[in-house]
Amino acid sequence: MQDVVIIGAGIIGSFLAHDLSKYDLKVCVIDKENDVANETTMANSAIVHSGHDPKDDTLKAKLNLRGNEMYEDICKKLHVDFKRIGAYVVATNDEELEELSRLYEQSKRRNVPVRYVEREELVKNEPNISDIAIRAIDLPSTGIIYPWEVAIALMEVAVANGVDLHLGEEVTAIEKSENGYKVITSKGVIETKYVLNAAGVFADDIYRMVSDNVEFDITPRKGEYFVLDKLNQPLVNHILYPIPSQKGKGVLVLPTTHGNTLLGPSSDFVDDKKGINNTSDYLGYVRREVGKLVKNVPMDKVIRNFAGLRPTSSTHDFIIEEAKDAPNFINVAGIESPGLASAPAISEYVIETILKNKLALVKKSDAIDSLPPITDMKKLTEEERNAKIKEDPRYGHIICRCEQISEGEIVEAIHRNVGATSVKSIKKRVRPGMGRCQGGFCEPLVVEILARELAKQKNDIVYDDVESNVLVAKKGA
Amino acid sequence: MREVDVVVIGGGSAGLAAACKCKEEGIENVVVLERDKELGGILNQCIHNGFGLHTFNEELSGPAYAERFIDKAKALNVECKLNTMVTHISKDKVVEYVNPEEGYVRVQAKAIVLAMGCRERTRGAISIPGYRPVGVYNAGTAQRYLNMDGYLVGKRVFILGSGDIGLIMARRMTLEGAKVLGVAEIMPYSNGLARNMKQCLEDFDIPLYLSHTITNIEGKERVSGVTISEVDSNRNVVPGTEKHFDVDTLLLSVGLIPENSLTEEAEIEMNPVTKGAMVNESYETSIPGIFACGNVLHVHDLVDFVSAEGAKAGESAARYIREELKSAGGFNCKAKQNVSYVMPTRINVENVKDKVEFLFRVRVQARNATLNLYKDGELFRSIPKRHVAPAEMEKLIMKKSDLEGIKESFEIELVVD
Ligand SMILES: Cc1cc2nc3c(=O)[nH]c(=O)nc-3n(C[C@H](O)[C@H](O)[C@H](O)COP(=O)(O)OP(=O)(O)OC[C@H]3O[C@@H](n4cnc5c(N)ncnc54)[C@H](O)[C@@H]3O)c2cc1C
Ligand SMILES: Cc1cc2nc3c(=O)[nH]c(=O)nc-3n(C[C@H](O)[C@H](O)[C@H](O)COP(=O)(O)OP(=O)(O)OC[C@H]3O[C@@H](n4cnc5c(N)ncnc54)[C@H](O)[C@@H]3O)c2cc1C
Repeated sequence: MQDVVIIGAGIIGSFLAHDLSKYDLKVCVIDKENDVANETTMANSAIVHSGHDPKDDTLKAKLNLRGNEMYEDICKKLHVDFKRIGAYVVATNDEELEELSRLYEQSKRRNVPVRYVEREELVKNEPNISDIAIRAIDLPSTGIIYPWEVAIALMEVAVANGVDLHLGEEVTAIEKSENGYKVITSKGVIETKYVLNAAGVFADDIYRMVSDNVEFDITPRKGEYFVLDKLNQPLVNHILYPIPSQKGKGVLVLPTTHGNTLLGPSSDFVDDKKGINNTSDYLGYVRREVGKLVKNVPMDKVIRNFAGLRPTSSTHDFIIEEAKDAPNFINVAGIESPGLASAPAISEYVIETILKNKLALVKKSDAIDSLPPITDMKKLTEEERNAKIKEDPRYGHIICRCEQISEGEIVEAIHRNVGATSVKSIKKRVRPGMGRCQGGFCEPLVVEILARELAKQKNDIVYDDVESNVLVAKKGA
Repeated sequence: MREVDVVVIGGGSAGLAAACKCKEEGIENVVVLERDKELGGILNQCIHNGFGLHTFNEELSGPAYAERFIDKAKALNVECKLNTMVTHISKDKVVEYVNPEEGYVRVQAKAIVLAMGCRERTRGAISIPGYRPVGVYNAGTAQRYLNMDGYLVGKRVFILGSGDIGLIMARRMTLEGAKVLGVAEIMPYSNGLARNMKQCLEDFDIPLYLSHTITNIEGKERVSGVTISEVDSNRNVVPGTEKHFDVDTLLLSVGLIPENSLTEEAEIEMNPVTKGAMVNESYETSIPGIFACGNVLHVHDLVDFVSAEGAKAGESAARYIREELKSAGGFNCKAKQNVSYVMPTRINVENVKDKVEFLFRVRVQARNATLNLYKDGELFRSIPKRHVAPAEMEKLIMKKSDLEGIKESFEIELVVD
């Protein structure tokens, strides 16, 4: 019998698991994917927004402000990069100037650090700013992260503190039982007193498993992106937002913590909750919109496209509450942007305002806050690196030429407590395949290392999900 | 810091030829740095025949061709470091590398030869719409999986791009029991060598769809199909021309890009057309004493040209050390109408021994065309060409005496009716 089952191991499920792992509780996390953070948390703009934008009196506004405050400490503890590079919201005409001053006032009211930036300074700080940019507001508390790095690090701490992580297991039904719920999955039945529904775009479907009066819908709203290679001269130094519209925060341009540049997202409702395909129409839209913010966009440096689905709820706000007709079943639903920025505060809110009223939460005395990170050779001094290589020559064997990742780092990623088991999960943890050759050179080597370390045949190694074998047959077979 | 006469980066055909030539020229201290576990570069995975017709008058397999140069390098006592990745080069010719035995090391070179080869353009670079499942591979990666690891990436295959690697893989996968349903090429002509078109597609009845591109990739976990569409003369998709293929694999053979991150970090002047360095008649880049050759300079289709270019760069590195080269001065070599680029891009006749071999590519496929050569803007010579194609690199040899007296420019153009 579990105390709490968390459905979904995205950024929300990972924060919940991490935070609950500090208490004397039996916690289990279930995700249908083969790895943590494989859905919406894998495909978004990766911004810890300042909290300037959500409407007044919404959970989005409240939790975004609090989340932004919390991120720096958490990332430090987890040894994950978090950079407060700041953001500019850029106005390009009179109408937009009006909206800009509204945002300025709103930020002031919320105590979000903000100031105006006139064109002269804009051009100085952002040499590629478009010719039509007139004025901007600077939101210096805005930061960037890699969302799945945070989620993986959180889940590692959770598992180290005793959380039971079930990956590759889909929840197919939920039955009410005497003490709570029977969660029925593709692999078995898990009994629990409480259920936390953090299933992203599928949260309404999960809710329907326990309720006949589901009062909200989640509709996937797709965002498509371009990723640019590392550039010798950065395209932008800040996150650049256009003036927001009905469709959301608009098409952005921003650097990532690893030195790439993101262009996107588009924003369109789609029918398919797994519809993360790229389309020439939406990519074309992104390409055109980006031109309003910046010029000299080096489209010949594009190395990848991707798309993510926002779990947009019919209430237009986060839905974080106990279900009306299902006691102890708690929805954490509709977590679209600023879901990432709010995630630590969402988890805190669930625990402080809901769970604490129901459960006696007792802190464990032996819970840990963090684990030593995977060695990052790039961050070491030359002496430290050479000492490491002397100890273990695999740290001197470079596998990924674009990101310069050594065999030693890849082997570490495989043997973590939430270890990498697929090519994609290696890529998420230590980055081979993220660079300009997109794995063309390193993927065969990564497959070889995975097979060796996991004692499998090469053709049993998967790219991502269980069916996605990289190699389909032995020659001559 | 250790001092070395010549550091050669890359132990493929270009690098090996360069290192051997340096030794033959009497340079003592030559080091080849190769990140792979063996020498030979891309040749190691090219197990088909067709290498060395010009150099050895024989049709060798890739590894057999490489073997000849590896043996020669051994005989000449060239120092080769394997599993050694060069991570940085500086303008003053300090080379940084890392390997499991020595860790991170810096050496001071008198001269450097860049011979890092090229990489394949990826799906991301051309933004093919659709899902991003497993089953989309660069043709060269699939070739490596098959020829070096012994595994097939799929059973029903479609190929985008008619580059040589794609054509060779069409034949190779067919011979291994896979079904290749077709090759789509966005241009109205093939990008592969004529002999590969014949021997790899026609002989196996694999259809080639010219002026077509992929407009959708289906399948969420694994590729389940692709859609191709016709394109018009501006390469825009023509609606209503879709054709669907049920396949589990899409191979991409959509171009090769010289591997120049080191070159760019050293701020060497680049040629936007070839994506390689600008070089002069001695294959010297904008930094005196740094030379470039092979696929890192411009993408070749014949290994013989690569070996010749490597030898030339190696010889120049030796001359540079002996202080026989003049780095400044000279005139520019330019591509005019219908020619995409001309190699080398600059010539100082004082450095030329007896002749210059120009390598260039045309932009169009044509029969009965004319090459016009201009000296300082004036037509100097016209050469009839029975057949030209962008896929086939052209070679032009000019005697030193023909180049003397040029002040500003030497230009090549192609005229077609
Ligand atoms: C285009 C785009 C841009 C965005 N940009 C930002 C931004 O810059 N800043 C920001 O703050 N937010 C941003 N967001 C929002 C942010 O990405 C999300 O709020 C956040 O990732 C949601 O996390 P999650 O854990 O709720 O969902 P997910 O990461 O989707 O996790 C849900 C998990 O539930 C699992 N699951 C679902 N159904 C089942 C089942 N039946 N059985 C088992 N497991 C199941 C899924 O496999 C998945 O792993 C953006 C979103 C998008 C799409
Ligand atoms: C698939 C294919 C089929 C071909 N078929 C034919 C044919 O039938 N006939 C023919 O004549 N020609 C053919 N060619 C053309 C010709 O063989 C190649 O162009 C030639 O071998 C390239 O030689 P290279 O030395 O320039 O590059 P490569 O062989 O690629 O060598 C470059 C070397 O540099 C190393 N390197 C790169 N960066 C670093 C670094 N930072 N540190 C250390 N080492 C580094 C690489 O590991 C590699 O070994 C073919 C080419 C390909 C790709």
